[in-house]
Amino acid sequence: MLEVGLTHYLSLAAMLFTLGVFGIFLNRKNVIVILMCIELMLLAVNINFVAFSAELGDRVGQVFTLFILTVAAAEAAIGLAILVVLFRTKGSIAVEDISSMKG
Amino acid sequence: MIASAAFYLFAAVTLLSAMMVITAKNPVHSVLFLILAFFNAAGLFVLLGAEFIAMILVIVYVGAVAVLFLFVVMMLDISFADLRKGAMQYVPMGVLAGGILLAELISVFIGWKMSDGVGKNIASVTPDAAKITNTEALGLVLYTDYVFAFQVAGLILLVAMIGAIVLTHRRRPGVRKQNIADQQARKASDVLEVHKVTPKTGI
Repeated sequence: MLEVGLTHYLSLAAMLFTLGVFGIFLNRKNVIVILMCIELMLLAVNINFVAFSAELGDRVGQVFTLFILTVAAAEAAIGLAILVVLFRTKGSIAVEDISSMKG
Repeated sequence: MIASAAFYLFAAVTLLSAMMVITAKNPVHSVLFLILAFFNAAGLFVLLGAEFIAMILVIVYVGAVAVLFLFVVMMLDISFADLRKGAMQYVPMGVLAGGILLAELISVFIGWKMSDGVGKNIASVTPDAAKITNTEALGLVLYTDYVFAFQVAGLILLVAMIGAIVLTHRRRPGVRKQNIADQQARKASDVLEVHKVTPKTGI
C-alpha cells in the first residue's frame, strides 16, 4: 500500500477525471467553471500519460503530454474569447442563453 | 518512504483543490484552487521523473491559462450567485454519472495487468536520467521523430492566437487613429488649391 506504483497514479487520475465530470453537472449553468472542469479532466489524462511513460520507460508519453498541453491552452484561449464575445452581445454567460441559435 | 509520503500529500491536495474548484461559490476562488491543483500535479510529475513537463505545467497552466481564466472571471460583470441557483438539483444526476464512470475505471484497474509483450512496443526508451536530463531526452525525440506533430502544435497555437484576437477585437466608432495608408495616398491636388489673387479683391 505504501509503495506507490502505477495503480496509485491511475486511481488518482480516475478520481480527478470523475471530479471534472461531476463538476460539469454541478455547474452546468456557468460556462467558466465548465471550462475549468475540462482543464481538470485534461490534467487527469496528462497524469495517466506521464504515469505510463514513467512505468514503461517510454519518453514518448511525455512528448504527447506536451501536445495535450498545447491543445488545452489553445482551447482555453478560444473558449474564453468566445465567452467574452458572448457576454458583450448577450450580457450573460448562462448556458441556457447560448441556445438562441437552435432552430 | 519519503516519495510515498510526497505522493500522498500531492495527490490529496490535488483532489481536495479539484473538489474546491467545482464547489466554490466564487469563481475567483475556483481559479485559485485550480492553480493549486496544477502546482500539486506538477509535484506529482516531478515524482514521476518528468521534470520538464512539471515545469511546463507550471509555466503554461499557472502562468498563462489560469491567469487568463482569472482575467476573464474578473472582467465579466456577472452575478455568479444567479448561476448557482438550482445547482443542487443536478447533484444526483452528477453523482450517478460520476459514480458510474469511477466504478467502471476502478473495475478496469482491479482486473488489469500489463501484457507480456508490452516491452517490445516501446516507441522510444527513456535514456538513463543520470546521463541525460529529462529536457534533453524529450528534445531528442520532439525535434526529430515528432517534428511534424510539433509544427502542427505550433500552427494550432497560431490559429488559437489569431482566433482569439479576431473574436475579441472590436472597432469602436469615434476613435481617431493614425491611418498610414490614407496618409500616403493623400495627394497635394486633393487638398491644396492654388488661387491667383488679384490685389484689392480677395478670393
